Amino acid sequence: MQLSIGPHHPATHGVLRVILELEGEIIAKAQPETGFLHTGIEKNAEHLTWQQANVVIDRMDYLNPLGNNCGYCLTVEKALGITDRIPARATVARVILMELQRIASHLVYISTGGLDLGAITPFFWGFDIREQILDIFEETTGQRMNPSYIRIGGLAQDLPANFKEMVHKFLKETPGRMQDMRNLILGNPIFIDRTRGVGKLPQERALALGLTGHNLRVTGCDYDVRKYYPYCGYEKYDFKVPVYHNGDLNDRIALRFDEVDESLKIVKQALDNLPDGRHVIDDRKLVLPPKEEVKESMEALIHHFKLVQYGFDVPAGETYHAVESPRGELGFYIVSEGGNKPARVRVRPPAFYATYALSEMLPGHFVADMAGIIAGIDPVFGEVDR
Amino acid sequence: MADLALNPIERANAARENVNTVVIPQLTEAFANKLEQIPPTNDQIPQVWATPDSLRAVALWLKDRGFAMLVDVAGVDYYPKRDPRFEVVYMFRDLKTLGMIRVRVRCTEKQAVPTLSDIWTMADPAEREIFDQFGITFKNHPNLTRMLNPDDWEGHPLRRDYPLRGPRALINLEMPADENRYHGFVDEESKDGK
Amino acid sequence: MSDVFGKDGGFVTTTVDGFLRWSQANSIWPLTFGLACCAIEMMNLTAPRYDLARFGSEAFRASPRQADLMIVSGRLCNKMVPVVKQVYQQMAEPKWVVAMGACASSGGVFDNYAVVQGVDNVIPVDVYVPGCPPVPEAVIDAIQKLRARIAKDDPKGGIASHG
Repeated sequence: MQLSIGPHHPATHGVLRVILELEGEIIAKAQPETGFLHTGIEKNAEHLTWQQANVVIDRMDYLNPLGNNCGYCLTVEKALGITDRIPARATVARVILMELQRIASHLVYISTGGLDLGAITPFFWGFDIREQILDIFEETTGQRMNPSYIRIGGLAQDLPANFKEMVHKFLKETPGRMQDMRNLILGNPIFIDRTRGVGKLPQERALALGLTGHNLRVTGCDYDVRKYYPYCGYEKYDFKVPVYHNGDLNDRIALRFDEVDESLKIVKQALDNLPDGRHVIDDRKLVLPPKEEVKESMEALIHHFKLVQYGFDVPAGETYHAVESPRGELGFYIVSEGGNKPARVRVRPPAFYATYALSEMLPGHFVADMAGIIAGIDPVFGEVDR
Repeated sequence: MADLALNPIERANAARENVNTVVIPQLTEAFANKLEQIPPTNDQIPQVWATPDSLRAVALWLKDRGFAMLVDVAGVDYYPKRDPRFEVVYMFRDLKTLGMIRVRVRCTEKQAVPTLSDIWTMADPAEREIFDQFGITFKNHPNLTRMLNPDDWEGHPLRRDYPLRGPRALINLEMPADENRYHGFVDEESKDGK
Repeated sequence: MSDVFGKDGGFVTTTVDGFLRWSQANSIWPLTFGLACCAIEMMNLTAPRYDLARFGSEAFRASPRQADLMIVSGRLCNKMVPVVKQVYQQMAEPKWVVAMGACASSGGVFDNYAVVQGVDNVIPVDVYVPGCPPVPEAVIDAIQKLRARIAKDDPKGGIASHG
């Protein structure tokens, strides 16, 4: 029997159509169909300047906007050749914000994964912890979601005065609540029954399917871009990369809890080492001068005018840089033709390959497991469809 | 996988050195006039040009030598600055040494590029997307259909000569100022008969 | 007697009418139609801090047959248009639509080939909520305005049903 789990569905985590061929209750073949959220972000970025494209790139993986920002900015900074000149304060602040964003994204994963498996309580607990993170973001960046705060050259504005205090408070309260959630979910016998052995994938298939991030780390490979190709000073922080070996759904969710603990460690270390200083690079050709100067100095006014009207030029060439998003290796391949607008921004979306891996992960399982497996690969369709 | 005890920056540098001094010379020797090294750009990833007919052999050669992970397949349009206008970019990674290599295949609208989807399953959706957005066909692809745009969409959006607003851009190319209003425009002066 | 069952609605029918409108306004059940980023803010709306359930939207139903309010949260893209139309047609009267966010109201940041410039090109909309994404309190404000109109004006409420 052919069944189309349509794009409007509570268990597909967004707009995904999965066309199943069923034999009784068992899935014989599965074909995912995406494209229902295709926003033309890559085309839109070609018609905006380098700094403006940050805004549309934000809205791609909407559970990790600061990570998208940072990945894009790091790639453009690599193309410009200014990676060494980014001030230390900006780099450490980027790490703190990205790790907080990672915790927020993992909380959505655990909460909605629980919802798909029938557990309602983790949703309320998880989103309440997440509200604290969103408060920190709102205070720092001005918006709860899609802040476009990490800009080329550093940050959009300096961190607020109560930033350290807010993050300290968050770090104090969260481990206890995460432990509560862990006890609630991972120890629950129904949860264990529903997730043990579901969605298994051997390591060679995971590599051939292009899976990275947590989808690869549950199969035994410890590939994490933060450890293998460090950026933003990640080589200085002491954190582990949790690896599991069964490749099933239970491992994925346990891995996520471990990753949240590691992220909390990184935030603590980064916060203790947050230096003072500038928050943007000291180059008037790339970043806007402070507003007080623009009102008094002629050169500052000219720089401001040029940056707003034209932007800056990036030397011609191709650049690739990857960051570790909560979904895997988020890569940016940027082609510049020497102008003030990108010629091509290709985003390597980890969730795209994970979604198409469903055609190998679903067959052999019950239809009831389908919701859990789709939740388990952590798809975000803004990224899958761009 | 790779030895994390080593300093990752040194390890990445060593991997790049290895690719530049060992792998690429061997590769150019094996595929004499179908491959050419490109000078590296700001990201220091070694890159080579390849032709569409040599692509599969190059990919299998690299896979045998450890570059088992295909990171991404990207399509780029260089119109009107370059002919052939399209480029399909394959990025390979060796997880043991962390070396990366980029293989760039230039092709025109009419040339078909062989598919890699039987070697790496992830190339299947990536190539479908490149077909949808650029119009580059892939030989022997199992299911070359549109994925991001509706099935009856005309045109290939990511080409440089496709307008940003798509079909909407063709509707009102020149909108005189007095028609571009929300309410009807009434010219008070000319009503008085001048 | 003619006062009670009079032509303009006499006492009994207007009281029953008012009661029906009050009950409709206080138990609007939204449909989960999250598309993109605004869907996450909609999930925050059901979370403990910005609880929407205290205004009567206790149950977010996934089936359009069981829902009253369609909160279109996120950008409407070309492939999704027939789906939106079909889901809207499957909802039973009286139904309302809230276009949440800039993308649903007018295309938002994305003025390109792939995004429909406003969900009102496809289905009639009652309340537009600006923001990218709107803070959950803004959506609560929109739903409050809709509830006020339903309770006061006529059972259909909203702009879309006023012709």
